[in-house]
Amino acid sequence: MKAPAARDRRPRTAQRRPRPAEEKDDLDPMTKVTFIDASGESRTVEAQVGATVMETALRNSVPGIEAECGGACACATCHVYVADEWAEVVGKPSQMEEDMLDFAADVRPNSRLSCQIKVSEALDGLVVTTPRKQG
Amino acid sequence: MTEIIQTDAVIIGAGPVGMFAVFELGLLDIKAHLIDILPKIGGQCAELYPEKPIYDIPGYPIITGQGLVDALEKQIHPFGPTFHLGEMVERLETLGTPEKPRFRVATDAGTTIEAKVVVIAAGGGSFQPKRPPTPGVEAYEGKSVFYSVRKMEHFRGRRVLIAGGGDSALDWALNLHPVASRITLVHRRDEFRAAPHSVNAMRARVAEKTMDLVIAQLVGLKGDDGQLSAVTVRGADQTTFDLPCDDLLAFYGLTMKLGPVAEWGLNLHENLIPVDTAKFETSAPGIFAIGDIVTYPGKLKLILSGFHEAALAAQKAHRYVYPDKKLLFQYTTSSTNLQRKLGVS
Repeated sequence: MKAPAARDRRPRTAQRRPRPAEEKDDLDPMTKVTFIDASGESRTVEAQVGATVMETALRNSVPGIEAECGGACACATCHVYVADEWAEVVGKPSQMEEDMLDFAADVRPNSRLSCQIKVSEALDGLVVTTPRKQG
Repeated sequence: MTEIIQTDAVIIGAGPVGMFAVFELGLLDIKAHLIDILPKIGGQCAELYPEKPIYDIPGYPIITGQGLVDALEKQIHPFGPTFHLGEMVERLETLGTPEKPRFRVATDAGTTIEAKVVVIAAGGGSFQPKRPPTPGVEAYEGKSVFYSVRKMEHFRGRRVLIAGGGDSALDWALNLHPVASRITLVHRRDEFRAAPHSVNAMRARVAEKTMDLVIAQLVGLKGDDGQLSAVTVRGADQTTFDLPCDDLLAFYGLTMKLGPVAEWGLNLHENLIPVDTAKFETSAPGIFAIGDIVTYPGKLKLILSGFHEAALAAQKAHRYVYPDKKLLFQYTTSSTNLQRKLGVS
């Protein structure tokens, strides 16, 4: 199900109030993810719960995510930096993901591969920054 | 000059779709040679996700990338394909006429093949080593920055910096240790993906102070005229410093680049090859394209779509290879002719 078009015209902002429970769509819940590119430009898009952050970027034509391998955790071209305030909720990379991060450029303590982060209601409002260069 | 191989079809790309093209062409008596830049068959299935389960191959509720490659290899075996692996197609020349074209395909390893049709099944392009994220690295490539070791002698008596934490990085750090004047291994963390015995051997060299290990990431290169003098790195504490060296060997894995396909004079649309959906022929008669590298209305980048595309391309390819023969459509279940080709009759 598609979100009403009017939602898209909301101001692009990382901060948003939590929705009251009764407003939530149990069948196909949507949340928000904000992508900030290396130049500081911010894009907030609708994200489907259960999709990955990488898929969310691709579906919304967010630049800065290449995802060469299509989400197999095999290429390190969907590298993102998780905003400090989200780092704990998002969590640490798995061993396989950490190994793959060896192939990414400019890896930082908050580096993750966005194909390995699943959108959930706990991550509503998630903010990630894309690196200057993927792979 | 080496001998020119003569055959019916050259398939560029030995991924699942290129492999299945051997089958579809083979049923029509079209012999094929396959060329792939990877040293093994299977393309992305073998290189990117050999262990990952695939769920949308018809007839297989679940199969791994490598499992699919193995099954395809068995399936195309009766047609005796010739594989040219670890070679990149550099040139594709058209000889003959549009009605009766011939093609000459030349690889970077010196292989030259002439064929009546060419099938491009190059997927996302060719796998090439990932460059380190250091500006201006291109100027040093081939002189003092390398992504593989062709001649160990080049490194004799030189200070070699090796970047990476996998088997390639560790193996070369150890193999070049007796040759180079000094080996410095640079990796972003003090954990390595390489085989444990290599990691132990490396740590032993570091402990005896005959090899340096620096936990850092590459940020810049210093040097002149293609010759490195130092690599600038940033350590875990975010401070940057220079590591003097003569050569850099960087092992950051592979990335897919369209590569020479763009130089073959074919129409391209956003780095994809437009084809018609009846014949899967490109803008050049006799050159077909199938799989992830093609685009047409409704295209899906699925292995199963590539299989279908291979079957249709083979039908038209038959007209170039056997212009005087009428093509009779047959089923493998009932045609003794096809079954003989498959070696089951």
